[in-house]
Amino acid sequence: MKKEVILSGFGGQGVMSIGKNLVEAAVAEELEASWVPSYGPEMRGGTANCTVIISDGRIGAPLVERPSEVIAMNRAALAKFEPAVAPGGTVFVNSSIIPDKVSRGDVTAVYVPCDEIAAELGNSKVANMVMLGAYIGATGALKQETIETMIAEMFTGPKAKLVPLNIEALHKGMACGKSA
Amino acid sequence: MTTIYRKTKGLQDTELHYCPGCAHGIVHKLIGEILEEMDALDTAIGICPVGCAVFAGNYFSFDTIEAAHGRAPAVATAVKRTHPDQPVFTYQGDGDLASIGAAEIVHAAMRGEKFTTIFINNAIYGMTGGQMAPTTLIGQKATTAPLGRTKEQAGMPIRVAEMLSTLEGCVYAERVCVTDIPHLNKAKKALKKAFARQMAGDGFTFVEVLAACPTNWGMEIGEANQWLMENMAAYYPLGVIKDTEAM
Amino acid sequence: MKREIWKGSEAIAEAAIRAGCRCFFGYPITPQNEIPEYMSLHMPQSGGVFVQAESELAAVNMVYGAAASGVRAMTSSSSPGVSLKQEGISYMAACQLPAVVVNVMRGGPGLGSIQPAQGDYFQATRGGGNGDYRTVVLAPANIQEAVDLTQEAFDIADQYRNPVVLLADGLIGQMMEPIVWKERTPRVLPEKTWAASGRRGRDHNNFITSLLIDAPACEAHNLNLAKKTAEMEKNECRWEEILMDDAELVLVAYGTPSRVAETAAENLRKQGVKAGVFRPITLWPYPYARLREIAGLDRVKTFLTVEMSLGQMLDDVNLAVAERKPVKFYGRCGGMIPHVSEVEQAAVEAWKEVK
Repeated sequence: MKKEVILSGFGGQGVMSIGKNLVEAAVAEELEASWVPSYGPEMRGGTANCTVIISDGRIGAPLVERPSEVIAMNRAALAKFEPAVAPGGTVFVNSSIIPDKVSRGDVTAVYVPCDEIAAELGNSKVANMVMLGAYIGATGALKQETIETMIAEMFTGPKAKLVPLNIEALHKGMACGKSA
Repeated sequence: MTTIYRKTKGLQDTELHYCPGCAHGIVHKLIGEILEEMDALDTAIGICPVGCAVFAGNYFSFDTIEAAHGRAPAVATAVKRTHPDQPVFTYQGDGDLASIGAAEIVHAAMRGEKFTTIFINNAIYGMTGGQMAPTTLIGQKATTAPLGRTKEQAGMPIRVAEMLSTLEGCVYAERVCVTDIPHLNKAKKALKKAFARQMAGDGFTFVEVLAACPTNWGMEIGEANQWLMENMAAYYPLGVIKDTEAM
Repeated sequence: MKREIWKGSEAIAEAAIRAGCRCFFGYPITPQNEIPEYMSLHMPQSGGVFVQAESELAAVNMVYGAAASGVRAMTSSSSPGVSLKQEGISYMAACQLPAVVVNVMRGGPGLGSIQPAQGDYFQATRGGGNGDYRTVVLAPANIQEAVDLTQEAFDIADQYRNPVVLLADGLIGQMMEPIVWKERTPRVLPEKTWAASGRRGRDHNNFITSLLIDAPACEAHNLNLAKKTAEMEKNECRWEEILMDDAELVLVAYGTPSRVAETAAENLRKQGVKAGVFRPITLWPYPYARLREIAGLDRVKTFLTVEMSLGQMLDDVNLAVAERKPVKFYGRCGGMIPHVSEVEQAAVEAWKEVK
C-alpha cells in the first residue's frame, strides 16, 4: 500500500494540518509516513500545500510528480495539481468554493461541499475535517477508528467539547467520500 | 627578613616579550595582583586577543583562551554564561576591539554580559607593525597613514568607553593610564572595581587603558608617555565615564 | 518503542539537548530557524544556555568559547551563514575543540535561494576554513537518522576533540517523519583535562590557542592533527547500500537525492534495469574503499551520481571509481530538487551506453 497525496489550498484552510493528521493516523497504524511542506514565498497568502506519503514500506522520494490523490481546497489548487494526478487516481474538490469540474476522464473526481457541511455543523473551522473524512471514505487508506481516536487526543481539556463536532464532520465527509 | 615586594602569583615566571615602555606588562601584573587578591587564580578564565597580547596566556598563571581577532567578547559570553560564578575577562587592543571586533564588543555590552573587558588603547596596530587603528589620532602617523590620519580620509577616532556607556547593559566604564605610579594606582582601583561589579552580577564592566607604543610611535619611552598625556588624554579623557552605582 | 512525529529541524535540536548539549548559539537564517527557535525555549528549560548572537561569526566564536571551557556546544545555520562560521570551525580544529555545527543547506552561491540544495559539499568535506584540517561530515537522509547522527556527533566530536558537521539539506530540515528516541550507549570518552575552565588545583594553567608562530612547531602541530585525521578516516566512515546485492547500475547520492534515487532504482528494476543505491552517510571520511570495491565488480557496469549541486560529490565518486567504470552525473541546483523521473531518465541513458 502506498498513498502519495498532495494537499493544497489557501493558507488558513487547514491543509497543512490535515496533512499532519494523515501522518499521525498512519503512524498510529504502524505505517511509514512523511510530510513535506511547500515553503518559501508561496506560504505568504498564496497557495499552501504539502505532500504526504503513507506506505507499508520504506519511503524513498518524499516529493511526488504523479500523486495518487490530490486534495484541492481552492480553485488555484485544482488548476495547479489536477494535471499531475496519476491516471486512475482521485481528485478531491472542495465544491463549496470551487465551481470548476475535474476535466480529466482518467481520474475519479470526488466533490465535497466542505464549507457548506461545516456551516451546517455550525463551525466553519471543521471544513478541513470534512475533507479528511471524504479522503478516508473514498480511499479506505486509514481506519475510521484511528482518525476518531486521533481527534479525541487532539482536543483535550477545555477543547474537549470540540471532539463530537469534529467527529461529526469526519462522518459527514466520509459519507461524501463513500458515495463518490 | 621582611618581604617588601613579591611578584604576583597571577603571573608565571616567564620573560615577557613586550617592548620597553609598553603597557601590556604593567596591566598584566595589575590583573594578576587583583585576581590573586580576590583569591581567584584557581577560577579565573581570561580571553586573550589577537595583537601584541596574543601570548598573554603564556604569562598569566590562570586558565586562558586565545580568541580569533576581535571575537574575545563572543568567546567570553559563552565562558561566563557556562561558568557564572567564575571571574571572566577579555583583554583586547584597539585593532581587535574597536575595529574587527566592534560588533562583538557592542553586543556583549548591550546584553550586559557579566564579564570585564580590559581595553588597551595605544592608537595603533602594534603586532602587525604600526598600521592605523580606529583610535589613531588626527595627524598621527601610521604605516597606512604615512602623512598622518586625516578626518577626510579615515574619519574621527572612536571613543569606545563613551560609546559603550550609552548602553544600559554597561554598568561601569573608566578610562585610565599607567604612565606613572599615581595613574597606575588609579588604574588598579578601576580594575578592582570592574571585577567586583562583575562578581556582583551587575552587568558589563569596561576599563580602557591608554597605553604608549614607543616602538611603533617611533619615540623614546619618556617622550611617548608625555605624548600620551598631552595628545591621547586630551582626546580620550581619563576618569570614570559611567558608574551606575554613582548615579 | 513509541514512534513520534517530528519536524527535521526541531528533531535535530531536541536530539542535541538529549545528547547533553548544554549551549546553543545561533543567528537567524532560513531555512533552519526552527533550530534556534526550539533551542530558545528548550535549552534554558533543560538548564542550558541559549544566546541569539549578533552574527554567525559571534555565534561560532561563542561555541568556541564554550567548547574551550569544556562544555558541549552547538550552532546551526544555512549555507551563507555557514560560510561565516568557517573562521570558528578552523580555530576549533586547530585548538582541538569538540563542537557540532549544523548546516541546513540552501541554494547558493551568495545569498542564493532558501530552498534545499547541496552546494556546500566541497566546503564541508575539505575543511572549509583556512589551514590543513578536516571535520567529520554526517549527512542524514531521513529524520530518524538526523536524530541519531546529531546525538552521535557530540560523542564523535569529544572522542577526537574535533568539530563535527551535520550536513542536512533544507528538505530534511523541513519535513516531518516518525522517529523513535532510541536507547543510546554513549561512547566512552576521555575527560576534558585540557579545558580552560579554571585551574581548580591543577598544577599548570591551560592555555587554549591556535597560534604557533614558530614554523617547525606549527608543522609538528599539523602532523599531530593529521594523525587524528587518519584515526577518524579509519574509524568513522559509514554508508548504506540499497538494492545493491545484484545491482548493475549504481546510483550514488546522499541526503534527499538518495531518497529520490532509491525510488528511481525501484522503478528502474520494474523496467528490467538492475539499479541500486550507494549512499554515503559520512561525506568525510568518504567511503572510497567500498565504492572502489563495488566499481571493481564485474556485474557493475556504470555509475550515476545524483546531487542537488552541479557535481561536487562527483569528484569523490570519480576518485573512488578511478575510471574502472563510467561515472555519469545528474544534478539540479539553486534550490531545485531532482524528480524521480529525471533521475530515471538519466539512469536509462547511462545504462544504454554500457548495454
